[in-house]
Amino acid sequence: MTKTRLSELAKTIRSKNAGTDKITFDIIFREREAYETVKRSGAVSRDAMARLFGIDEARITDFVEYDPAYAIKFTILRRRPSGSPGDPDIFGAQQYAPLLDVEVETA
Amino acid sequence: MDSLKIICPNGHLGFAPLKVESFRLGVAAKPDFIAADSGSDDIGPVPLGSDGCASPKAWQEHDLEQMLLASREIGVPMIVGSAGDTGSDSRVDMYVQIIRDLAARHGLAPFKLGWFYSEVDKETVRAKIASGSPVQGLDARADLDEGELDATDRIVAVAGVHPYRALIEDGCDVIIGGRSSDSAIFAAAALSRGFPEAQAYYLGKVLECASFCAEPYGAKETVLGEITRDWVEVTAMHPGQRCTVASVAGHAMYERSNPFHEHVAGGVLDMTDCRYEQVAEKTTRVTGMRFAPADDFRVKLEGAGKIGERFVGMAGIRDPYTIAHVDEVIEWAREQTRERFGETGWALHYNVFGRDGVMGEMEPLRDRPGHELLIVVQGVAPTREMAEEVAMTGTRQLFYARLPDVKGTAGGVSFVFDEVMPASPGYRWTLNHTMAVDDPLELFPRHTETVGA
Repeated sequence: MTKTRLSELAKTIRSKNAGTDKITFDIIFREREAYETVKRSGAVSRDAMARLFGIDEARITDFVEYDPAYAIKFTILRRRPSGSPGDPDIFGAQQYAPLLDVEVETA
Repeated sequence: MDSLKIICPNGHLGFAPLKVESFRLGVAAKPDFIAADSGSDDIGPVPLGSDGCASPKAWQEHDLEQMLLASREIGVPMIVGSAGDTGSDSRVDMYVQIIRDLAARHGLAPFKLGWFYSEVDKETVRAKIASGSPVQGLDARADLDEGELDATDRIVAVAGVHPYRALIEDGCDVIIGGRSSDSAIFAAAALSRGFPEAQAYYLGKVLECASFCAEPYGAKETVLGEITRDWVEVTAMHPGQRCTVASVAGHAMYERSNPFHEHVAGGVLDMTDCRYEQVAEKTTRVTGMRFAPADDFRVKLEGAGKIGERFVGMAGIRDPYTIAHVDEVIEWAREQTRERFGETGWALHYNVFGRDGVMGEMEPLRDRPGHELLIVVQGVAPTREMAEEVAMTGTRQLFYARLPDVKGTAGGVSFVFDEVMPASPGYRWTLNHTMAVDDPLELFPRHTETVGA
């Protein structure tokens, strides 16, 4: 059984605000093969993401496998609207980092 | 007209200046419109609430000057949406004045300038609620109640294509818009020339962030979109960038909850069955988009409300024992603030960089702090004097926190500044809602004038 880090398989792994109350995560692959491998592995699923970020699954409002772009995308509700005092990431642009090390079964 | 071309030089005009080289290549490609959006709710609630800008005026003037001179040079309309980051009335007035000043400075021949406002009076919203028409919450928010409305300082309605179409069809050469859907300014241009809704909204969707739909990554570069009745094509203008199937399809999901649907005032763009095809080295063609008109016409509202004045302090920690007990250190400082000001009427916010400063409770490694930490402290209170003292207490008392086994008893934290710094007041987003209207134009009053010698 071979495991590969998601950061080695994906072209782009990013997070960004989707409006004032949500942060959306995009994992985009260059080739269909890597995309299908990750989809099959189950390493990036709704419940795996809830566990990775330590949040209730109900906070994940959307989870989509988007074939035209070889991409997996999910969106979470923020605990408070972007830019409220105490929010350290107004753009939501640095929330993706834990995804980089997710291990994917590749063989 | 068989096809229409629009160039977009910047995904958020003014936030960082557009790059001139690719913009001039775009102008040389003879577009029919030059358009850019200037707004975002990414910048947080402070600019809207305090009626200011997130961007330096010099950068905004830079982009407006480039666009205005190019628009007059090749004789095509220029459109800017969500003026001055927020699209509030004062930001629209500021952009209109910049256009007048640029026209005078460059001695431009007369042209027709049009603009519209998008601020909504609180009493208009209150009357709507009172009439029994709920102002519905988006993204899991409850419907708006009067308490939340009272806590709001400023509201803007997010325009769709309608005020833009009205000004284009009125013959305006330069249009400055209040708060708008990013895609609407481009879609309006295409719709006004008779192109179908699905293709027009997709054109707006793909152009709104300029070169974010191209690769390799490089922001603030111009892209060119072309629309026919059957397809949309997008082409990177920067010599080093391409619009590829991957970059364009990937962009469909950018900043959106899902990649299939884009909601605009009056309907939904459905991208579920879009097909992407590389038709030239730098060009991708998209087909298969659909548009579904909405049954009732609802306009999105954005609102920001002030929480209080705000000061900020910072403190570093290097002692490993203190790092292991950082939450107790913070609780000590909070307790000292409670003793001084009581339980309520003020707030302290701590972000512990080096532990979970960026991600808070979502940080998987929060049990593995770094060997040094930076604590950013925000004090929020009704007056500046009190906010300064709250922040100062919440910061300086970190120095005096009483940990039972600490070796270093001369001071528990390091200070870069032994002071707290004034920050913008604290605001929060109070409205992320939609409101029903009878007429798509009713919230967006329009004006025109002839500018130039």
